[in-house]
Amino acid sequence: MGRRVLLVEDEINIFEAISFLLSRDGWEVSGHGNGATALDEIARLDPDVLVLDVMLPGRSGLDILRDLRKQPETADLPVLMLTAKGQSKDRDLALALGANAYLTKPFSNSEMVETLNRVATGGQKAGT
Amino acid sequence: MLSLDGLVAICILYVVALFGIAFLAEKKATEGNARWLNSPFVYTLSLSIYTTAWTFYGAVGSAARSGLEFMTIYLGPTLVFIGWFWLLRKMVRIGRAQRITSIADMISSRYGKSGALAALVTVLAVIGTTPYVALQLQSVTLSFSVFADPGEFAALGTDTTAVWVAGGLALFTIIFGTRSLDVNERHPGLVSAIALEAIVKLAALLAVGVFVVWGVAEGPADILARIDESPISEWSSNGARWVGLTTLSAAAILCLPRMFQVLVVENANEGHLATASWAFPLYLLLMSLFVLPIAVVGLQVLPEGANPDLYVLTLPLAFDQDMLALLVFLGGFSSATSMVIVAALALSTMLSNHIIVPIWLWVTKGEDPMSGDMRRVALMARRLSIIGVLFLGLIYYRSSGGSVALASIGLIAFLGVSQVLPALLGGIFWRGATRAGAMAGIGAGFAIWAWVLLMPNAATSGLMQGMLESGPFGIEWLRPSTPLGIRGADPLLTAMVLSLGVNTFLFTFVSLITFPSPMERLQGAQFVNVFDHSAPTPGWQGGAAAADDLLIMAQRILGTGRAGRLFQQAAAAQGRAASLPDPNPDFLKMLERELAGSVGAATAHAMVYQITGGATVSVRDLLAVADETAQMMEYSSQLERQSSELTRTAARLREANQKLTELAEQKDTFLSQISHELRTPMTSIRAFSELLMQGEDLEEETRQKFSRIIHTESMRLTRLLDDLLDLSVLEHGRVTLNESPATLAEVLDKAEAATGVMESGGRIRIVRDRDAEQIDLMTDGDRLAQVFINLISNAQKYCDAGEPELRIRVQRQPGRVDVEFSDNGSGIPERQQSLIFEKFTRLETTRDAQGAGLGLAISREIMQRLGGRLSYVPGQGGAAFRVRLPGRALRAA
Repeated sequence: MGRRVLLVEDEINIFEAISFLLSRDGWEVSGHGNGATALDEIARLDPDVLVLDVMLPGRSGLDILRDLRKQPETADLPVLMLTAKGQSKDRDLALALGANAYLTKPFSNSEMVETLNRVATGGQKAGT
Repeated sequence: MLSLDGLVAICILYVVALFGIAFLAEKKATEGNARWLNSPFVYTLSLSIYTTAWTFYGAVGSAARSGLEFMTIYLGPTLVFIGWFWLLRKMVRIGRAQRITSIADMISSRYGKSGALAALVTVLAVIGTTPYVALQLQSVTLSFSVFADPGEFAALGTDTTAVWVAGGLALFTIIFGTRSLDVNERHPGLVSAIALEAIVKLAALLAVGVFVVWGVAEGPADILARIDESPISEWSSNGARWVGLTTLSAAAILCLPRMFQVLVVENANEGHLATASWAFPLYLLLMSLFVLPIAVVGLQVLPEGANPDLYVLTLPLAFDQDMLALLVFLGGFSSATSMVIVAALALSTMLSNHIIVPIWLWVTKGEDPMSGDMRRVALMARRLSIIGVLFLGLIYYRSSGGSVALASIGLIAFLGVSQVLPALLGGIFWRGATRAGAMAGIGAGFAIWAWVLLMPNAATSGLMQGMLESGPFGIEWLRPSTPLGIRGADPLLTAMVLSLGVNTFLFTFVSLITFPSPMERLQGAQFVNVFDHSAPTPGWQGGAAAADDLLIMAQRILGTGRAGRLFQQAAAAQGRAASLPDPNPDFLKMLERELAGSVGAATAHAMVYQITGGATVSVRDLLAVADETAQMMEYSSQLERQSSELTRTAARLREANQKLTELAEQKDTFLSQISHELRTPMTSIRAFSELLMQGEDLEEETRQKFSRIIHTESMRLTRLLDDLLDLSVLEHGRVTLNESPATLAEVLDKAEAATGVMESGGRIRIVRDRDAEQIDLMTDGDRLAQVFINLISNAQKYCDAGEPELRIRVQRQPGRVDVEFSDNGSGIPERQQSLIFEKFTRLETTRDAQGAGLGLAISREIMQRLGGRLSYVPGQGGAAFRVRLPGRALRAA
């Protein structure tokens, strides 16, 4: 089980924060900020885990997730969804589409790291 | 005794007075302020032409000869006026609705406007009236001969007197009877003169009566005693004759041409009839009040051979009461003249309308009927007719030798004109009456009357005399004196029963076996049902009753407004605006079409045909049907209205619901967007602050970096909250604008400085034209600067050109200033141009834009508050925005 994580997040400061946290935890972190080209980036990098923001310029994270689950190569890719929209219907939709976990911004740093590790090791789907 | 000259002078004076009254009345009537003319009493007094010289003088004579029999002449009309008031009313209403001009017109109009029938009735009327006119001439001449100095009068001679009188009456009638070109008009002058004469004759008779009762006798008690003593009380009354004479006089008041003239044609207001129904019997009662005392006293006081017909005049003369005698003379004169005038007028109308004009039309058949002035012809015909009628009367008077035989001629004339009665009453009450029936009845009754009653009293020639004495060709039962072999009976009663009996039988029988023509049905319905349709309106309305009915019916079906418009248009198309259209076939067809749209073609046809053509269903029934239909249509249209109302309400509710749903969605979206915008910076702040709190192992540089990020994101949060509050105030709250003078250049300088483009040395270059910016403004400079800042910083953030450049151009237009901000980037994709002013909209292509997407929304709100506009200018290559400043922001230089 590799430790490569791709962070699809358009907010530069949030990317900085998560990137710092995960790097410190031993992850090899790469980032991408545009929804429209995210699928290509995922295919190119073939990460072990994906952290996916919902509100992305160009394309919604949920749409990207739906496509990922359709493609056999990425159907089982562990995905942690991040969203700043606090509504539960977004969470339900994300889990229904096949997200492995779901975090609502703002989250605590430990929460982030723990959830990602759980997702990466195929733990049960969870989220707050 | 007066000298003949004096008497003539008085007569002339009296006539001049009558002329004066008549002229005055005509003048007032033309001016329209003749109130007294519209009095029901004038109408009632005009009816007094019923009492002619024959009754004025003759009633006393009759009383002296036959006792109370004279009362029958007053009894008949009294019974009609009191008991048959509604019949009179119906006659008057019909006359009004149908614009009837005479009794002949009435009969002919009822029976399909038959010309032959009108001519027959006219001939009958002329023959029946001529002896009557002769009687009046005789009475005037007679009273002249009695009153004037016998020597002088003998020199003049009765014939000459009669000629003068006839001539004078003809002149008067022509002047006041044919003044107007409109032959349908009433004659107020003539009627008022007659009313005056009615007063004179009543006054004269009452004066003689008072003189007799209190002057000659010693009061009422004495008179009653004298009556008891006199032979008058001994005369037993013949029941049959009483009934007969009462019936005859009742018939006469309805059928006499002159009575029809004043009763129906000259009637100005149907309401007058109500007054007349009691006032006229009262007048007759007053006229008859002193008849018996005068007769009794005359019989006792005057010498044996004195003519009882002249007692009224000779009694005052015998007591040397010259002034009273003169009044009586004038009374008799009045009775005679008023009768002759109205009779001549009525007959002349009939003669000209039903005989002369038809003949004239027939003679000039080849010519264009529209070319000649028909009114002039009709008027001339009437004038000639008046002269003709008086001439006939004169001839009759002279040929009959002025004998006492004339005394009975009054009743004979009554029976003559009464031949019209069956057809008249039948026509008014029985829709089954036909023209053939009327012709047969009137013709037969007329023939019998003429043969049995008229000829024996009038004929003088040898041949006729022989035929009358032995019957034509010696046939015994055709001899007038013994018709059907009846001997010894009262000749008047015999003739009456025979003529009216045969008349009524033939009228009924022939009516039953013949079918009425469409025109007869129409008129029959109009006559019989006159009260159902015509409104009791004062004054002559004119216009066909059929059009009235059609309008009423159309209103019930089409509604008042539409029916009114329809009839107005039709009337205008016929060239008779302001009145009802002539119900000609074209109009009826059109009306039927219109009605068919509402009630169906068959019903429409039936309804129109009902009113114009007659049918078995009554008009009332059909009108009820029309009412129901109209009601049903009203209900149905009400339901329709309610239904469409409900549909509209439902649509409005759906709309409102949709709007609410949209608003709720907008609210959700807005909250979700705000949540996102708040959570995003907070995520960074929380993450980095946790790192700072826990991580002692962080390098100083990293700490610094994290702190800076926290600070930046905090600022972003603050800005977001500021923007949200700002927008909220701009959108919903009261915004206080601090207007102050400034130049456009100053505001732009301030905005440029705030964005920091100048210090940074410029990621973007700003190109301005400072000369054009020297425009004086009076506006909220801070707010305007806020807009400019937003536009400049947007360009800073989003312009993707290699060497980004923002050009600010100022264009001065009349009444406004446009400030255009255009950059040299790739611009905004077309599908997003409509979205950029929405809240929280950021271009998808951008990353790490710090704004919350509220800038343009706020700027647009600000420009609206300032009275201007912010818009995107497409097709400029790069992104281009135009700020339009309104005229009111421009400060006068």
